[in-house]
Amino acid sequence: MLEILGKTDIDFMGKRRWAFIFSGIMVVLGIVAVIQIARGSANLGIDFSGGTAVQLKFDQAIRIDEARKTLEANGLGDAELQEFGQENKLLIRLKASTTIEEKVAERVVAVFTKEFPSNHFVVDSSSEIGPTIGQKLQQDALIAVIISFAGIILYVAARFELRFGVAAALATFHDVLAVLGAFYVLDKEITLLVVTALLTLAGYSMTDTVVVFDRIRENLRMRRRDSEETMINNAVNQVLSRTIVTSLTVVLVLIPLALAGGEVLHDFSLALLWGVIFGTYSSIFVASPLLLLWPGASGRLLKRS
Amino acid sequence: MKKVGGRLTLLALVVVMSVIFFIPSYQPFYQALPGWLKRVMPNKGITLGLDLQGGIHLVMEVDEERAVEIAVDRSVVSLQDLLVDKKIPVESVARTGPTQITIQFQNAELKAQIQKMTDDYPTFSETESAGSANRLVWELRAIEVKRIKDSAINQALETIRNRIDQFGVAEPMVQRQGLKQIVVQLPGVKEPKRARDLIKETALLEFKMLDEDNQPKLDLPARIPKDKEADVLKQVEGKLPEGDQILFERAFEKDTGREYRIPYLVKKRVMLTGDVLSDARVSIGQFNDPYVSITFDAKGGREFERITGDNVKKRMAVVLDNTIYSAPVIQDRITGGRAQITGTFSMQEANDLAIVLRAGALPAPLKIIQDLTVGPSLGKDSIEKGVQATLFAGAMVVAFMIVYYRMSGVIADCALVLNLLCLIGALSALNATLTLPGIAGIVLTMGMGVDSNVLIFERIREELRLGKAVRLAVDGGYDKALLTIVDSHVTTLITGVALFLFGTGPIKGFAVTLCLGIGINLFTALIGTKVIFDLLNQRHKVEQLSI
Repeated sequence: MLEILGKTDIDFMGKRRWAFIFSGIMVVLGIVAVIQIARGSANLGIDFSGGTAVQLKFDQAIRIDEARKTLEANGLGDAELQEFGQENKLLIRLKASTTIEEKVAERVVAVFTKEFPSNHFVVDSSSEIGPTIGQKLQQDALIAVIISFAGIILYVAARFELRFGVAAALATFHDVLAVLGAFYVLDKEITLLVVTALLTLAGYSMTDTVVVFDRIRENLRMRRRDSEETMINNAVNQVLSRTIVTSLTVVLVLIPLALAGGEVLHDFSLALLWGVIFGTYSSIFVASPLLLLWPGASGRLLKRS
Repeated sequence: MKKVGGRLTLLALVVVMSVIFFIPSYQPFYQALPGWLKRVMPNKGITLGLDLQGGIHLVMEVDEERAVEIAVDRSVVSLQDLLVDKKIPVESVARTGPTQITIQFQNAELKAQIQKMTDDYPTFSETESAGSANRLVWELRAIEVKRIKDSAINQALETIRNRIDQFGVAEPMVQRQGLKQIVVQLPGVKEPKRARDLIKETALLEFKMLDEDNQPKLDLPARIPKDKEADVLKQVEGKLPEGDQILFERAFEKDTGREYRIPYLVKKRVMLTGDVLSDARVSIGQFNDPYVSITFDAKGGREFERITGDNVKKRMAVVLDNTIYSAPVIQDRITGGRAQITGTFSMQEANDLAIVLRAGALPAPLKIIQDLTVGPSLGKDSIEKGVQATLFAGAMVVAFMIVYYRMSGVIADCALVLNLLCLIGALSALNATLTLPGIAGIVLTMGMGVDSNVLIFERIREELRLGKAVRLAVDGGYDKALLTIVDSHVTTLITGVALFLFGTGPIKGFAVTLCLGIGINLFTALIGTKVIFDLLNQRHKVEQLSI
């Protein structure tokens, strides 16, 4: 039997003070990010803010500062440029205020055709999104988040106890906020795909938490004499090797996707990768200690079984 | 110990079904099948999303207000005609608001006469408030406004469908979204700009008479460069005769091919519109220049004959979306219900023009609010990289499971393959569209599949540590892990369903694979692997479990 960890007996609950401090910082960061998004000053992708994105693939390398100068000279100075290294790919983004009727994408293509005649290129992709669509997407995403959280709290509350549901939801919120905060601090673009990733990691983190809670419930039913803190500690230790093995396999999947999955999958996998790390951490250090903050009516779970 | 026969049959059935449904998705193999087999098999598999095969995705909004205005404008024209026919001398008939027509006249006695005509226009009602001796104000009824708005979107949908059908795109999607949006998806389109123009063109064809008597008084320039139309309009502002407008003809210099415009003074009154067309085809003229020949329906043909007969030696403008294509002199009464639209066309332009004329005009202009175009090369790159990375990731997990769980790891890997097979089969059966986020969803469910096995194996190990016999340990491990697996899958399923219901586009694609994957996971984890363990236990008396 190959084992990463043998039988462990780590006092996770005893370290909850440190965990709460760390998590508090991450949550505050996440809340700042949410406020900035609401104010419109975060790095929102054009699928949310509305605007134009054109990706060109050149035959020869193109210098980003030259490209920027050219665009400025042609009245497209507020464009954001990003290049994808070895492949001579250039992503040009123009946000908000531009409406589709101006045909910004066509203008960008025309500028490059005119100013770089010797460097042939193909349009890899172009997207133009009106501001109304962006608002609708934001709304839809928000509704999806609220509904799924409400559903999860209800389900967990029904299967366990209300405090389990609330703790699981809080821990999941913590993970989403932490990753969002990290994206905000690193000034990474928040696109529809990143939001998909956030929702996925919410699901993942929830799974992780439920696995731990399940074991806590089992232990609460079996041994009533120990203190709740001891029982929770035991449960976390019992599922620790499963937690680590699972996280490890998911990380094994995500690392190649993030490194070599192409530019579209990169941010998606990155968000998930952080999500898995935070999700694993939170089910041990956030969700379980939260139960101790809200002691349940003793024996209730027992009666129900 | 439970019997394994039934479960084994079920497993085999699921595998066979998955393979059958998947086959059409892999065209080279599907095409090689004999014909009789193809007839009884499903013929449609997974479609690749736009992000994977390239194409355009457009979301458009019908300008409903404008559709109402256009309808009112038409009533104004027909009212003018009727007044002329009945020889009622009015000063002016004009649209004075979005849904309002005002009729001005000198002689107050005409009022009763005109009021009687309301019978011919049941969709309008007279408003009392603007009562004046020399004026009548008509208002389009609210119910009619609603009807026009409703029919505008349906008509636009129909028209766009017609145009795309004639343009020839494999598997286009044209669909209404919400109240007034239209979504158009054209996978694999090579000329996105042309397709977009073809869809967006209103294609309102009108025949109008030039006002040759008044044109000289305006001192219009003979020709102007393209984009300088506004200057001309400014120059003549306030000087236009009542009921006239300036329109521009598009023309090209013979030697340089540069585009320019010729301004004309045109009577606003529409003689005939494209509604009465029955066909439009491209023909080649004597100088090898393409033009579009149109055929009117019976009513249109008679009307056209009357108009041309009444206006011999006058010039008539052929106007498409407020641009003059040609303004020929009518030489003689034209019978037979045919006419030509000449102009300087390329073959492709003439082709597209014929398509939009055949398909009919849009009831109102369209506003593009979302336009995503993915070139075919990016799609190919994405697929290659995505697939490579996924394969690599899969290999890592498979290897890890074998190293960590030995023989049991192999069983888990079998479950993983089974999972993937079922998921792809299910997606094929649903004719789902596979997008990049969809692939991500598949990867995620693979991860969850592994997790289920890890949960079970860790539990079995615990049971073994307690000193239980192999068979009991396996059964105990499965029983104890069962609730956890169900709980964890249901919570993720809740997220997936919420995403499916409220997500749009890429998020929805992700949700579909996630939800399907979760269901299949539960099946393979609880039935698939268990049956293998049971089988092992049955055949040999297992003393030591490799886990």
